[in-house]
Amino acid sequence: MRFMSYAAAACLAAAFTITTAQAADISGAGATFPYPVYGKWADAYKKETGIGLNYQSIGSGGGIKQIKAKTVTFGASDAPLSGKDLDDSGLAQFPMVMGGIVPVVNIEGVKPGDLTIDGPTLAKIFMGEITKWDDPAIKKLNEGASLPSSAIAVVHRSDGSGTTFNFTYYLSAVSDDWKSKVGTEKAVEWPVGIGAKGNEGVANNVANTKGSIGYVEYAYALQNKLTYTKMINKDGKTVAPTSDTFAAAASHADWSSQPGFGVILANQPGADSWPMTAATWILIYKQPKDPAAAAEALKFFAWAYKDGGKMAEELDYVPMPDNVVAEVEKMWSADIKDSAGKPVFAMN
Amino acid sequence: MQEETAAIDTFLRDEAQRARILRGFRIGDRTFRLLTETAAIAVLVILAGVIFSLIYGSMPTWRAFGLGFLTSESWNPVTEKFGALPAIYGTLLTSIIAMLIGVPISLGIAIFLTEICPEKLRRTIGIAIELLAGIPSIIYGIWGLFVFAPFFQAYVQPALIDIFANIPVLNQLFAGPPYGIGLLTAGLILAIMVLPFITSITREVFDTVPPVLKEAAYGIGCTRWEVMRRVVIPYTRVGIIGGVMLGLGRALGETMAVTFVIGNAHRIVPSIMAPGTTISASIANEFTEAVGELYTSSLVALGLILFFITFIVLAAARLMLMRIEKKAGV
Repeated sequence: MRFMSYAAAACLAAAFTITTAQAADISGAGATFPYPVYGKWADAYKKETGIGLNYQSIGSGGGIKQIKAKTVTFGASDAPLSGKDLDDSGLAQFPMVMGGIVPVVNIEGVKPGDLTIDGPTLAKIFMGEITKWDDPAIKKLNEGASLPSSAIAVVHRSDGSGTTFNFTYYLSAVSDDWKSKVGTEKAVEWPVGIGAKGNEGVANNVANTKGSIGYVEYAYALQNKLTYTKMINKDGKTVAPTSDTFAAAASHADWSSQPGFGVILANQPGADSWPMTAATWILIYKQPKDPAAAAEALKFFAWAYKDGGKMAEELDYVPMPDNVVAEVEKMWSADIKDSAGKPVFAMN
Repeated sequence: MQEETAAIDTFLRDEAQRARILRGFRIGDRTFRLLTETAAIAVLVILAGVIFSLIYGSMPTWRAFGLGFLTSESWNPVTEKFGALPAIYGTLLTSIIAMLIGVPISLGIAIFLTEICPEKLRRTIGIAIELLAGIPSIIYGIWGLFVFAPFFQAYVQPALIDIFANIPVLNQLFAGPPYGIGLLTAGLILAIMVLPFITSITREVFDTVPPVLKEAAYGIGCTRWEVMRRVVIPYTRVGIIGGVMLGLGRALGETMAVTFVIGNAHRIVPSIMAPGTTISASIANEFTEAVGELYTSSLVALGLILFFITFIVLAAARLMLMRIEKKAGV
């Protein structure tokens, strides 16, 4: 019923667009992955301040297009823009919230967390090189488990998505074969499998198809009671997907190493790090056309960093660590300025 | 009463008055003509606009790949190599499956309802078919994914694989593994979706057959089958083909229901149970997140191809009708 709420939200968003002319709502567009938490924050923020958020969850690609066309105050993307792209367009970028991507399976008798899988095996399954569940490569990782000899049905996203970007980024990092034959993108030429639209589509297909494997945002795996697997991370340790292992991956990341905090959290070092952790970013102009609107947006983000952590955790997202938030806020006052060179928003 | 009539007579005898009234009629007529003409021309303008924007929007693709776009099987957003063949193949194959299953059933329903069915049942079945037409396509998609596909995967597909396992060609067509969703599932859902369209049109045209023709046939001892075969169907073939074409049009362009159950894979494999994709499903899936000029443009090019396929189908239907008319000497 997830998309019902999306549909309702879309109607709401449409209704909001009409009213934005009078009320100074914050307008943004982009990624669908953080949409539930942005919506929750927006509700609470509106109750506190009376200022609403009009966020169109049209996808990362759409968000980038809209912010470049300057039709919204901020854009949101699950895949970071490169330093060159940021410089060319005059955009500032910062991470807002994190989550985890988990492999989900549907095998008779296998319960959540029963199965362990590692990156190279996952890549081989998604390349169609491992086709049966009782393949020696899977058996080796799960000694003593009784695995059926049934065929593996691979389920992937059919729409372009930030989730796919992070997933394929991880597979490219752990498998040279994947890197050279398939690559990393929001949509790729899948060697095998069934395509399904959206996280909810993949979740439903995995739930309905015996012998299937797919990848979804952690929240979707929990909500649909899907069988997620454990994974072996870069340090060779077996980890289960939890907010803690997502946060662990984030804490090992060197955020200042990339322009615009564009660190992809897949395959991070650390004994407790979940290998497929992902952040989602906000894009905003360094010299906004409407400094007042940009200031309102930044005020909302500052509020979300400070007060939104618990709400994010309730929805199985991971809030940004304090040191990163401090860095981001420092960047705001240093980089985001009006035409007179004055910062549009200063932390008090 | 008489006084009034006299007054009207005088009124009408007044030439100037009459001319004015006639002029009024003429202006009214002209305005009416202009309005309807504008409406008709608007269709042409819209059509031209659609064709123009499809061609304009797909130019980068034609420049990059040329006609190779039509024959290439690759659909790779990473390397930006795009080809339309899997989508064209899926569109045509699912529509053919839908027609192979949908048309005989539709005709059967229509024949039963007009010729054989008792009056009471006729209403019930008629309403049921109309309701089927009113169900939004997304409902078919959800039903297909949640109810039909799991059932299909658990019971029908394994049986099909077993039955055809030792028959050459057919064992290729019905090769596993059973996923539940795929080209065949999409074709079956489409068959259900086109049923009401074809049925209601053929039913109506069957009703137009003059009873005297049928009675004459029955009178010389024809069976029901012979009456249908020799009298009703020949008499109504134009209408039947029209109904079939309408159904085919819907099957070719159907988006949501197909997207749910086809598996959305840009591949061509011999098995009709494998996942595939159609033109409209690809566009619906990928347009929102298509980044880069070539990716977007390739999706627009797919739209242009669908436009042409639909056009060719309609043209072929016309041609077929003309042939039949000629042969029949009507």
